[in-house]
Amino acid sequence: MPKYAFYINSSACSGCKTCQVACKDKNDLPPGVSWRRVYEIEGGNWKEENGAFTSLPFGYFLSLSCQNCENPECIKACPTTAMHVNTAGIVTINEELCIGCKYCSWACPYGAPQYDTVKKVMTKCNLCEDYLAAGEKPSCVNSCPARALDFGTWEEMTARYGTGENVFPLPEPSRYKPGMIIKPHGNASRTRDNKAYIAENEYK
Amino acid sequence: MSSDGLFSTSRRSFMKWSAMFGSAVLGGKRAAREIFTTHKPELPKENEIKIVRTGCPAHNCGGRCLLKVYVKDGIITRIETDDRPGDDISDPQLRACIRGRSYRKRLYHPDRLKYPLKRTGKRGEGKFERISWDEAYEIMYNEISRIIKQYGNSAIFIPYGTGSYTNLNGRWPAVRLMNLLGGSLGYYNSYSWACTNIATPYVYGTLNTGNQRQDWLNSRYIIMWGWNPAEMKDGTNSEYFIRKARENGARTVCIDPRLSMSAVSLADEWIPIRPGTDAAMMSAMAYVIITEKLTDDDFIRRCCSGYDSTQMPAGCENEESYKDYILGTRDGIPKTPEWAEKITAVPAGTIARIAREYATLKPAVLYQGYGMQRRAYGEQTVRAGAALSAITGNIGIPGGWASGLGSQAGGEPFWTVFPAGENPVKARIPVFLWTEAIIRGKEMGAAEGVRGVTRLDNNIKLIWCIASNILINQHSNINRTTSILRDENLVEFIAVQDNFLTPSAMFADLVLPACTQFETWGVEDGWKYGEEVFLTPKIIEPLYESKSDYRICADLAKRFGVWNEFTAGGRDEKAWAEWIIDEIYRKTRFPGMPPFRELEKSNAGVYVKPVREPVIAFADFRKDPEKHPLNTPTGRIELFSKPLFDMKNPEEIPAVPKYIQEWESPFGKEAEKYPLQAIGHHYMPRVHSTHHNNEWTMEAFPQVVFMNKIDADRRKIKNGDIVKVFNDRGALLARCRITSKIMPGVIDIPQGAWYKPDKKGIDRGGNINMLTTERWTALAKGNPQHTIMVEVEKFRG
Repeated sequence: MPKYAFYINSSACSGCKTCQVACKDKNDLPPGVSWRRVYEIEGGNWKEENGAFTSLPFGYFLSLSCQNCENPECIKACPTTAMHVNTAGIVTINEELCIGCKYCSWACPYGAPQYDTVKKVMTKCNLCEDYLAAGEKPSCVNSCPARALDFGTWEEMTARYGTGENVFPLPEPSRYKPGMIIKPHGNASRTRDNKAYIAENEYK
Repeated sequence: MSSDGLFSTSRRSFMKWSAMFGSAVLGGKRAAREIFTTHKPELPKENEIKIVRTGCPAHNCGGRCLLKVYVKDGIITRIETDDRPGDDISDPQLRACIRGRSYRKRLYHPDRLKYPLKRTGKRGEGKFERISWDEAYEIMYNEISRIIKQYGNSAIFIPYGTGSYTNLNGRWPAVRLMNLLGGSLGYYNSYSWACTNIATPYVYGTLNTGNQRQDWLNSRYIIMWGWNPAEMKDGTNSEYFIRKARENGARTVCIDPRLSMSAVSLADEWIPIRPGTDAAMMSAMAYVIITEKLTDDDFIRRCCSGYDSTQMPAGCENEESYKDYILGTRDGIPKTPEWAEKITAVPAGTIARIAREYATLKPAVLYQGYGMQRRAYGEQTVRAGAALSAITGNIGIPGGWASGLGSQAGGEPFWTVFPAGENPVKARIPVFLWTEAIIRGKEMGAAEGVRGVTRLDNNIKLIWCIASNILINQHSNINRTTSILRDENLVEFIAVQDNFLTPSAMFADLVLPACTQFETWGVEDGWKYGEEVFLTPKIIEPLYESKSDYRICADLAKRFGVWNEFTAGGRDEKAWAEWIIDEIYRKTRFPGMPPFRELEKSNAGVYVKPVREPVIAFADFRKDPEKHPLNTPTGRIELFSKPLFDMKNPEEIPAVPKYIQEWESPFGKEAEKYPLQAIGHHYMPRVHSTHHNNEWTMEAFPQVVFMNKIDADRRKIKNGDIVKVFNDRGALLARCRITSKIMPGVIDIPQGAWYKPDKKGIDRGGNINMLTTERWTALAKGNPQHTIMVEVEKFRG
């Protein structure tokens, strides 16, 4: 089974959330359920000297879905085996087995499993498995007006983009081995010296 | 950098909760079900699903994109976007944004207008009853006939509106019908570009001051001044071209009060500037460029007029030149970076550095966004920016940019080729002054910008508002507009034709349900830029009893006995689409375009003429200004304008571009009571007010007031609090989003939220036009909707 990877060019991401809505349309997701989410990171401070601003805040965006980890914590956390790796190698939820306990959502550091309050089960990104089977990329990838997303096998993506870098606020990848290659925004290095935070957003 | 991840807090709180309840949560009946099943993906059965390629429904969004629409059993089930192979820079994919991708939530919204409605309560009260189309047409026929008979055609007005913007949808069919019936009061200009539309030609004699965008890849330095293409688009792919220019080595700077989406994703440097002071920074940049001798003297000598005393126009030899103003020769105020720092809040050193970079890293682009000209003295900002392009000689060369309005040279998109016909009523008002024309039309003449006649012969008595929310939502000072429209002695009849019961429709006497662009035929071309034409076929049947704008007008034409003329011998929407493509586009801009029937059959959705050699505006003029003069009085770029000088209003319409303190400003007395500047930027989830009821876009970008923490702390406002924003004109409520991405002293209330007043008249929808002024700008008679001072407090009920 191939290991898949999303390439996420955070330096080009405008935070327009087209990927998020393309996903919702493809998968008919209700409000409150977002299989792909765009996070807004802010940091830095304003400093005023003689009425002019000399130090400024900064920001960048991170678009995340399911990173299809090699070491998926969500599967370990699932008490019913609803969360599993399917025959195509995709971390998947069997909604028939899911009891909606949300353990997986707390285990996942990327917020991928999403609780559907109508269906009362967890749901998540399936990498647009039907598109993959047809030789296409996931809907989110081809939606991006900035061309900031790409998708393929780990080998293809690392050959094209290298292995990328980890950025705030994501955890060290070694534990999860996510299928994710991030090109950091130039501002990501500023999170080291400045207090950075995830801006209030709509996906609690 | 790393942390526990995005959801660490939730996890901790869960652990507490979990300990309290033990493992009871796992005891559901579903746990015992068969657990070893193999998941099989449900592949779409292609034989059941029809895929139609079409243009994204055209609103005034700043883009024109391609959609791939999945249809099953007459229902649109999915919307994908442009998947043409290649994605080459000469013809990049036209990828739709969040608004196009979420369109099903608008199309199939339960609140769609389903049948015609007649008002039953007081006007504006929002009480209606269902009527038949027959009755609706009868009312329209009777009211239009009555007003024409009683007052004349000039008492009828079809307002500005961009809610449906293909050639066959929106207001154009109604304009054609009214023109066949004797005409209606006309207008000129727009709410988008009022100041630049008027000011740019005073400098250049044209609005086509832009190079085709592929040329940005030739630039070394790009200033995005108040320009936010990642969010408001300004041409599909404009952001993408900027990204490509950066990959080619261009340095990019964004000057904006907000750390906008474009500032984050497209700029190497962000410079926050106090709103309304752009002309001050521009003047200080000119000061540095002139005093440090970084000007392109040859270009100035050959191509400009009014730069200094050696090139003043005849009759103005002793007047203040552009250089005089910048150096302060006459007014005693050199426009130094130190002078500008106090006004703009940009450090003097930064201003000087940007000036040097712009003047030396050539070729360079100074791109002006439109938000900064939607202000009290927007005309000055437009001209001050153009002057910088001129004195540095960044005009008429690859990689340069003339600034100003910036429609592309070599043929801009047509916008409208549907033949609306000639309006027998010659009178035209500035578009922003329609409420004036209701109250005191008969007093309006040249002083109010009236064109075509010396004085209006009517007040507006009938409004037929189509695909437009201008009646209430998008016009300045809602409290004033509602009081005007409520008075049935002023406008005697209001019809609103739209997809939803918008705040404007709430003030209608008659509401006509129009269908969306998925439900009828249309043709659209690029938005300002681009070399493409989209065919938008009728993909599904009109929902409920809705009809296309064209069909409504054609049915009415029958009542008026002009059906044959209106339909040009019986054309339906599709026949018009065929005519537009075969008789207009193929015979003018796009001779290589396939005929309508081929285009329809191919299901391509779009025809694109790739841009391999981008057209450069003013290239001929630069080479030989004598042989290719501009359409200005001197034939040159006018840094000093004699026509403006002759208006004899130097305080508000100076002959050279100047910084003028706005009539509502942090430096004025008004700031004591209302210390915060409010702007209303174009927001990603909406196109103006369209999509405000779209649950997918508004979930992603809810209506909020953006405020800096410094200002919020002073007012004891916390993130997420409901705040009241107010001034003397009105008040609104919205949730407050505290962010570092806006400069202190400035708040942002994204424009376009639907007005929803409570019993006290406070808007709970968060519409910025509760606070804006109906006062118009001096030269353009345009809308100054970003020039407002306000105060904010935590709402306590």
